[in-house]
Amino acid sequence: MEGLSGGVGEFRVKVRKKARLVDEDKCIACGQCAEKCPAKVPDQFNMGLGLRKAIYKHFAQGIPSVYTIDKENCIRIKKGAGKKKKPCGLCEKVCPADAVNFDQEDEYIEIDVGAIVLATGYDLFDPSGLSHYGYGKIENVVVSLEYERLMSASGPTGGHLDRPSDGKLAKRVGFVQCVGSRDLRNNDYCSGFCCMHSIKEAILTREHDAESEVYIFYNDLRAMGKGFHQYRKRGEEQYGIKYIKARVGEITQDEEGNPIVWYEDVEEGKVKHLALDIVVLATASVPSEGVGELTTVLGVDLEGHGFIRSDMTHPSLTSVPGIFVCGACHGPIDIPESVAQASGAAAVAAEIMLAANVKEH
Amino acid sequence: MEETRIGVFVCDCGSNIAGFLDVPDVVAYARTLPNVVFAKENLYSCSETGISEIKNGIKENSLTRVVVASCTPRTHEPTFRSACDEAGLNPFYFEMVNIREHCSWVHMVDRERATNKAKDLVRIGIAKAALLEAQESIVANVNKRVLVIGGGVAGLTASESFSRRGFEVVLIEKEEKLGGRLNDLHMLYPHNIKASHVLEQKIRNATSSPLIKIYTSSVIKSVKGYVGNYEVSVEAGGKALDVTCGVIVVASGASVLEPRGLYNYDSHNVITQLELEKRLQREEVNAGNIAMIQCVGARTKERNYCSKICCMTAIKNAIIIKEENPKTNIFILYEDIQCYGLEGEALLRKAKEAGVRFVNYDPAEPPVVGEGSVKVYHKVLRREMALPYDLLVLSTPMIAREDAKDLSKLLRVPTDESGFFLEAHVKLRPLDFATDGIYLCGSAHWPADVRESISQALGAVARASVHLTRGFVKVDPIVSTLADEDLCVGCGLCAALCPYGAIEIVETPKGKKASMISVACKGCGVCGSTCYRRAIKMNHFSNEQMSAQIAAL
Repeated sequence: MEGLSGGVGEFRVKVRKKARLVDEDKCIACGQCAEKCPAKVPDQFNMGLGLRKAIYKHFAQGIPSVYTIDKENCIRIKKGAGKKKKPCGLCEKVCPADAVNFDQEDEYIEIDVGAIVLATGYDLFDPSGLSHYGYGKIENVVVSLEYERLMSASGPTGGHLDRPSDGKLAKRVGFVQCVGSRDLRNNDYCSGFCCMHSIKEAILTREHDAESEVYIFYNDLRAMGKGFHQYRKRGEEQYGIKYIKARVGEITQDEEGNPIVWYEDVEEGKVKHLALDIVVLATASVPSEGVGELTTVLGVDLEGHGFIRSDMTHPSLTSVPGIFVCGACHGPIDIPESVAQASGAAAVAAEIMLAANVKEH
Repeated sequence: MEETRIGVFVCDCGSNIAGFLDVPDVVAYARTLPNVVFAKENLYSCSETGISEIKNGIKENSLTRVVVASCTPRTHEPTFRSACDEAGLNPFYFEMVNIREHCSWVHMVDRERATNKAKDLVRIGIAKAALLEAQESIVANVNKRVLVIGGGVAGLTASESFSRRGFEVVLIEKEEKLGGRLNDLHMLYPHNIKASHVLEQKIRNATSSPLIKIYTSSVIKSVKGYVGNYEVSVEAGGKALDVTCGVIVVASGASVLEPRGLYNYDSHNVITQLELEKRLQREEVNAGNIAMIQCVGARTKERNYCSKICCMTAIKNAIIIKEENPKTNIFILYEDIQCYGLEGEALLRKAKEAGVRFVNYDPAEPPVVGEGSVKVYHKVLRREMALPYDLLVLSTPMIAREDAKDLSKLLRVPTDESGFFLEAHVKLRPLDFATDGIYLCGSAHWPADVRESISQALGAVARASVHLTRGFVKVDPIVSTLADEDLCVGCGLCAALCPYGAIEIVETPKGKKASMISVACKGCGVCGSTCYRRAIKMNHFSNEQMSAQIAAL
């Protein structure tokens, strides 16, 4: 979104559709281009744990099912800039649908709409700045999404819990909660869903390997949604998750690359440590990177943390009439509540659309 | 009789299928099967190219039945059915075979056996396809009136939103006055808005709308019908009232546990958090030492859940009391403090800064209440403490209303193990019931605060309005039918077992007979498999079709 004019019931939005250098109408997503492309780069979808090509689909079931050229990494674009004879271009040569188009340009589209719904989501906190947790330095300290990809059958390890440093099968896994949340130095709020996803990941770890050991280091275990407390108990009773009430102070590593978690066992009042094969950081939910730019274009207010400001008694409304909000872009939230809010935002937007219809006819 | 000419399309799904089994071999095999006159491999059957290949295949080969072997019918069965329709073939002359989830994805390591299994499944699909019958979609009109059950914050919000869209609403409230739980509350977290202000505004909006008819002191007596056409009998203030409506929203709320027998509860010096709210409303709180215990009767064997909103309620009330009288000593005894969301932690900090003390107890060693003092083992300080109190406040969970079971029976919708209403899908359909036409919001679903109740209510309106705005419901004809009226003895087994209320037993000149309400039927097949007289036939899953599939295996 690059521009907005008009007001409720008669907005005009200006959208820049970035060139993907592949014709969407022609591409049949056969994948021959990616097979031949010689440029390999870290795959964002797999959290950089695997590689993809410079012509790629974000993930297998992505919609639309169309390939895109990553201009930063395409050999033809990078090395051919300003040259008459361009290198590579293999994708263009092998494409059976004649869909690759290096001359494609960004497209500007103007759309008239009556109402706008913001559902731009959130980002995850980058823990690289927390030197005491060693993320980025200790290879076997990963964030939850990286761990999700390691466990996924379609992920970079085919679902094997091969740890990043040496590919050794991870048998002892620790989850550290509230990384960057409930922390005045970073984000003072609770992200609400991390306790549950750590419990889920711990259960899945045990389902992968019944002999594995799983530990969750938590402050308060927040399992307040429908069925969540039962899930927490099931994790403990059926899957043997060890819940340890402790704020982790530091993560170090031994010579074999095993991360060591140092923590205060609150119940015993002692500083203890535990060597593990892999440590998973449950990081905070933070405002998405582009939300500031987007809300500046829209004139929508943010609240103190940088999420979109919404109203307590009208939770779908933003500061601008006709622009509504749902999901994690106005604060951390889980899936069912997001889905409910999305329907709610549709309801209030529809009220405006009906009013606009009445005015027109 | 017309010749049966079957066309088979086998999808590569890029490399999702073709990467793990031999698609050309499956295609060649299909050509050898009875009635198959055409077979083709598609790179993606669901793509525009694939669809036009299917449509051309139908026209050029005069196909009378189509089989696509690809992915799950959940995603693309409608796509392929409409391709058949567009090519002039009845959409129910189509059969789908899943060789992705059932073959290539689960047998990635064994190409040969995955291929053989795909052949088996294709053969079964073709056997059924030969016997498929044409079907026409079932269409019924939708009554545009809405019934909202419950006049609390969720029900009022939903009613108001429906009326703003121009739909008539009948709002039924069991109590004498509107407002539900909000009547009992003092302030709402996180911004300390007066509950009465929110409530007054909601009631004003609802009562001033000419489209909303409100009946207090009213209960539902019976519910008949199905999506689009419900007939509801209500006892409204002692008089009988019949309501016809197209959709129903359940916003009946929850109760709060009364902790009889727990922690010396006496409703006098030992009260619930809800009673504290009422005392705060009336400015009747005047105690030097207050202790609050969280999770009273919650997270136990009997009520194995967290009630979600009680920690924030306790913190909010503690802050209000501290701000009024900073000298009051307040201790909050908790297991896990639940301050989710953007503002929760800030309030927790504010309470601590105001001097509210938090004591972490172990549920295995719960606090012991004596006369004027509570003994508790402080987990973090690791010592026993005796906390004096003039007022002890017990935070008890929201529990399902006693009459929720009755309502669930009347509406034929399920409840969960804790007695709250059970939604259609825990993640993706939190506001729908599995039965079309009935929707859910607020604490009837699960403990919710006011903000959550409002957004859920608006969401339920959006869901329900799909039917109201369209004005008709169109249902797949994959439903049960009474194929042979003479065989039916009116035993009523089918009607009793139907989870959707789609069968009634009616008097006919030939005696009692089952009568199917096709619009309400979901085609689950329970009636068909129960009918020992074999009078019931499941469209699209007939005994003959299923037998042919088994025989082909």
